Amino acid sequence: MSGAQKMLLNLSDVRLSFAGNTVLDHVSFGVAGGSIASLIGPNGAGKTSLFNCITGFYRPQSGSITLGGEELLRRKPHRVTQMGIARTFQNLRLFREMSVLENVMAGQHCRTRAGAISAVLRLPSQQREEREIRKASEECLDFVGILDEADRIATTLAYGHQRRVEIARALATQPKLLLLDEPAAGLNAGEKATLIDLIRRIRDERGVAVLLIEHDMGLVMKVSERISVLDHGAMISEGRPDEIRADPKVIEAYLGQDEAEELL
Amino acid sequence: MLPFKTAARRAEAQDNDPAPARPLAGITQLQQWFGRPATFRGAMAGIVLLLILGPFVFSQYITVIMTNALLYVVLCLGLNVVVGKAGLLDLGYAAFFAVGAYTTGILTLQFGWNFWASIPVALVAAAISGVIIGGPTLRLRSDYLAIVTLGFGEIVRFSARNLEITGAASGLSGIQQPRLFGWTIDSAVDFYYVFVVLAIGAVIASIRLSDSRIGRAWLYVRHDEDAAEAMGINRVAVKLAAYVTGAIYGAIGGIFFAVNLGAISPESFSFEQSVLILMAVILGGMGKIPGVILGAFIIVLGPELLRDLGELRLLVFAIGLLLIMLFRPSGIWPGRTQ
Ligand SMILES: Nc1ncnc2c1ncn2[C@@H]1O[C@H](COP(=O)(O)OP(=O)(O)O)[C@@H](O)[C@H]1O
Ligand SMILES: [Mg+2]
Repeated sequence: MSGAQKMLLNLSDVRLSFAGNTVLDHVSFGVAGGSIASLIGPNGAGKTSLFNCITGFYRPQSGSITLGGEELLRRKPHRVTQMGIARTFQNLRLFREMSVLENVMAGQHCRTRAGAISAVLRLPSQQREEREIRKASEECLDFVGILDEADRIATTLAYGHQRRVEIARALATQPKLLLLDEPAAGLNAGEKATLIDLIRRIRDERGVAVLLIEHDMGLVMKVSERISVLDHGAMISEGRPDEIRADPKVIEAYLGQDEAEELL
Repeated sequence: MLPFKTAARRAEAQDNDPAPARPLAGITQLQQWFGRPATFRGAMAGIVLLLILGPFVFSQYITVIMTNALLYVVLCLGLNVVVGKAGLLDLGYAAFFAVGAYTTGILTLQFGWNFWASIPVALVAAAISGVIIGGPTLRLRSDYLAIVTLGFGEIVRFSARNLEITGAASGLSGIQQPRLFGWTIDSAVDFYYVFVVLAIGAVIASIRLSDSRIGRAWLYVRHDEDAAEAMGINRVAVKLAAYVTGAIYGAIGGIFFAVNLGAISPESFSFEQSVLILMAVILGGMGKIPGVILGAFIIVLGPELLRDLGELRLLVFAIGLLLIMLFRPSGIWPGRTQ
């Protein structure tokens, strides 16, 4: 490891349990600024729970989680997002009955301020801000390649495109770090290739660090610079893709899982 | 304390969209017609013109009924912010209506204030009541919220019934009619026009709110609290803003209701009043502004149109409402479709 100080996101000794059931067992872990990292592990290992701890949805019993040195623990989810972490959900969580553009505009909420009174009075500052929200959101949609679907109801889009709406929405919060929870689930081979390209562009063109949870090992190996492996709530390995591929502990953790063949 | 937020898993259970209801033929055309910006403006101008010309053809009686319908438009649009936009069930909305009416009534009668000076105080009082009811209850699930808001409505009415300053059970009477640039607003037609202005203002404010950052935030929070929070939206602040906004609409209705009648009593702000407003919102279609306006008119004009039926009219009206809700559970006005 290249020293905890250089890490953008840092978890140390995070412990989470539900009713005596340990989900995260003294997990320490980091993501460097501007890097692409993956979190892998068998189903039920605690990966999504780890995301929920980082983003303030779960409250770990102990430990520390920092972003750029600032403590995130005990902060509400919306504060964490304001501080620069955006996420997508394992199951699609788009706002129903709202257009693609309106969905993405949600991300701009925490970067803007106009309230009810300025909206009712249509103050010039509010109008300017509305134009900026729209422009920034359209730019995010353009970036993920679905600007032409901006006015459609989000939940009527093809599945792969709905996933991209979620990514655009997260990007619209202007994060430093983007957490993607199984972004390739349900995508076909062509869409996965586009996703790899998109993840790289998010980092290269926007300077946003990406941490993804993913089961598709081909994709993980191709896109990640670092990989961390979680098994039964414990971090069992961390390293470059080639190191992870050769780590016997990792192979053992996956034994009996569908993913084993892919990995081996 | 449990280490997780209760909401985190809830929304995952409800990802099955109910099939959208098939729109009624006439209404769909109406909606498409409304949907185009040019015709929307034209239609609005037409409706405003009809409202202005109304009193020249209406009888005094119809003018009074129409004034009441316009009051309901204001109240229903206010409750629509809370229930329709932010998705918070409120069974005590008449409380905000009462706060507006009583603040103006007390300040003008007991303290000799000028009517216009009482308005900002009434609005602030309503906003504060919005925070009082909103603050502690926003963490509650919606069924508890319904009970708490119902209780709040009853507390306000009960206080009005028992306090001396509110005139106890007989209420306040002799509230002065307001003057504006030497013109005393006193006849039924005068008040009709006042409520035309208020209703138009309420519609414009609602449209502008819908198309704004805060208006969208209400929908985000209603559709998926967790996703909204993950987008950096403070759900407590957003819901509180909905309560306060709704409270202000209610208070505006109440302020002018008080001076229109010149007398208010606790029974004007009963639970039935809250239910009637809520019914109009649900009937028209929660969150849909034209639908809510339609709902307000139906709730007020419906029983009047059925007057010939005498005693049976409320029964027939109730059955009619039930049938509409059976066949169009999400309200008369159709939802957004592709
Ligand atoms: N809110 C919760 N309440 C109780 N148990 C939970 C909760 N969230 C996660 N868990 C448990 O934590 C474990 C890890 O789940 P999860 O983080 O979803 O795994 P993964 O994403 O790695 O598949 C599972 O055993 C799950 O049942
Ligand atoms: Mg998971």
